Amino acid sequence: MTVQTERPPSGPVDVTKRDESGLAGPRPRAAFRAGGLTPYLLLLPACAATVLLLGWPLVKDVLLSFQNLNMAQLIQHVTEWNGVDNYKEVLTGEDFWRVTLRSILFTAVNVALIMVAGALVGLLLARLGKRMRVLLLVGLVLAWAMPVVAATTVYQWLFAQRFGVVNWVLDKLGWHSMADYSWTSSQMSTFFVVTVLIVWMSIPFVAINLYAATTTIPSELYEAAALDGAGNWKSFTTVTLPFLRPFLYATTFLEIIWVFKAFVQVFTINGGGPDRLTEILPVYAYIEGVGNQHYGMGAAIAVLTILILLGLTAYYLRIVLKQEEDEL
Amino acid sequence: MKRSLFGRLWPNVTAVVLFIGFVFPVYWMFSTAFKPTGDIISENPVWFPTDVTFEHFERAIGVDHFWTYVTNSLIVTLCAVGLALVVALAGSFALARMRFKGRRGFVIGFMVAQMAPWEVMIIAMYMIVRDASMLNSLVPLTVFYMMMILPFTILTLRGFVAAVPRELEEAAMVDGCSRAQAFRKVILPLLAPGLMSTSLFGFITAWNEFPLVLVLNKEAEAQTLPLWLSSFQTAFGNDWGATMAASSLFAVPILILFVFLQRKAVSGLTAGAVKG
Repeated sequence: MTVQTERPPSGPVDVTKRDESGLAGPRPRAAFRAGGLTPYLLLLPACAATVLLLGWPLVKDVLLSFQNLNMAQLIQHVTEWNGVDNYKEVLTGEDFWRVTLRSILFTAVNVALIMVAGALVGLLLARLGKRMRVLLLVGLVLAWAMPVVAATTVYQWLFAQRFGVVNWVLDKLGWHSMADYSWTSSQMSTFFVVTVLIVWMSIPFVAINLYAATTTIPSELYEAAALDGAGNWKSFTTVTLPFLRPFLYATTFLEIIWVFKAFVQVFTINGGGPDRLTEILPVYAYIEGVGNQHYGMGAAIAVLTILILLGLTAYYLRIVLKQEEDEL
Repeated sequence: MKRSLFGRLWPNVTAVVLFIGFVFPVYWMFSTAFKPTGDIISENPVWFPTDVTFEHFERAIGVDHFWTYVTNSLIVTLCAVGLALVVALAGSFALARMRFKGRRGFVIGFMVAQMAPWEVMIIAMYMIVRDASMLNSLVPLTVFYMMMILPFTILTLRGFVAAVPRELEEAAMVDGCSRAQAFRKVILPLLAPGLMSTSLFGFITAWNEFPLVLVLNKEAEAQTLPLWLSSFQTAFGNDWGATMAASSLFAVPILILFVFLQRKAVSGLTAGAVKG
C-alpha cells in the first residue's frame, strides 16, 4: 500500500523537472504539444481501420448473438431480440460441449505432435552438415510455403480412395484391406488426414525458427559446460533447453491458437463430415450459422469461441511481452 | 570426440527421409499435373512420369471465368497490400521513432489485432456486408484483407524503421531537411527491402484467403482463385489431373515468393510480433 501511495507523486516531479530543463515558456511548450499530437495523427488511419474493420465485426457478432435471426428474419430484414436464448440453447445443448471437447482434443494432439516433431527436426538441423541442412531446409520451406487450399486438394489426392498413393502403399505393405479405403468415411480417419496435413504444414515454422534460435546460443556456454564435465545430454538439458524455453513456450501457444481455428483444413477436406462428426468450433459456428441459417445461434457459438481464443491470446501475449519488456 | 559411423550416419539418413516426406506432396502435385491421364489412373502409381502433357493445364485454365478469378485475385490482393503499406508506414514510423503516452498500449493492441479470429467472425462480417448491399463485390474483400494484414505489416515495419540509424535522419535534418523530407529522402529508400518483404508476406496471406470470399461472394464474377481451386473437386469429379494442374498454377507464385523470402521469413517473423 505504501508503495502505491508513494508512486503517484514521483510522476509529476519528473514532469516538472523536464519542464525546467526545457526552460518552461510558451513557445517550447507549444512545440512540445504539436510534437505530442503527431504520433497520434500518424497512428490515426491504422487505429480507425482497426476499429471499423475489426472492432465493428466483433461488436456486430455480439449483437447478433442476442437475436433470433434465421432465414425468415434475414429475408425480411427484421431484428428480433431474444435476450440470452441463443446462449441458453447453445450451452444447455449437448452439441456445443461435444464439439468443444473435440476441438480441445484435436488441438492438443496436433500441437503436441507439431511441437515434439518440430523441435526434433530443428535440433536435427542444428546437428547436420551444411549440405544436408540446406537440403532439408529446402524441403521444409516448400511445405511451409504451400498455400493451404492447394495443400488440402493435394492431400485429398494423396488419400484418394481410388488411385491414391497412400492406399497403394498400405496395400503393398501388406495391409490389403486399405486398398480401397475411403478416408473420409469415418470420423477418426478424416481427423487422421487433417492431422497429417496440419502437422506437415506446421513443422517447418517450428523447426526453422528453433534452428535459428539455436544458432544464437553463445558457444561459450557449451564450452563452459564441457569444462564442467557435462556430456552431450547434460549440456543439452543445462544449456540448450533453458535457452530455448521462452521460444518453446511462445511457439506452443501460437500453434495452439492457429490449430484451434484451423477452419480451412477441416472444412475443405471433408466439410466437417461424415455426419458432422469432425466439426471443430469454427466449423461448427459456420455450419450452424451460415450453413443451417441459424445466424443468431452461429453468432453465439462464435462469441464463445472468440472468448476461448481471447483467453489463449492473452496468455500468449503475456509470455511474449515478458520477453521484450525492454524493447517496448 | 570422434563419432561412430552410426553416429555420423543417422542424422543424414533421417534428413533424407524427412526431406522426402516434406517434398513428396509438392512433387506429387506437379508430377500429377504433367502426367498423361493414363498414368494418373493406373493400378500402380507412376513415380517418375516419362510422358509430359499440358492437357490438364488447358482444362484447368479453360474453366469458365478463369481469367475473371485471376484478375479478381490480383486486384483484391494488390489493393489490400498497397493500402496496408501506406497506412502501416505512418503508424510504424510513430511507433518506432517517437515517444508518446500509450505507445506500449498501441503495440500491444496491434499484437492482439494480429491474432484476430477472422475464421470465427465471418457471420458478423457477412451481416455487415449484406446490410450495406455489398455482397458479390470486391470492395469489402479488399478492405477486410487489408485489415487482416495490417497489424503484421505495422509490427514488422516498426522493426525495419527502428533498424535505420537515427543519425542518418538527424544528419539530413541538420542539412536543412524537414522531418517529412528526411523521412522521404533518407528513411524510405533504406526501407525498400523491408517494405518489399513485408508486402510479399501480406500478398501471400491475402492470396490464400478462403473463408471470407466463400461466404461473401457467391457469384462467379466476384470470386477469387482459392474458390476456383476448392470448387474443382465438385465440378470435375475425380479429374485429378486438372485439379493438380489448378493447384500447381495457384501454388507456383507463392512457392517462388516464399523460397525467395525464406531468409527474411525467419528474421522478419522474429523482428515482428513472433519474437522468438
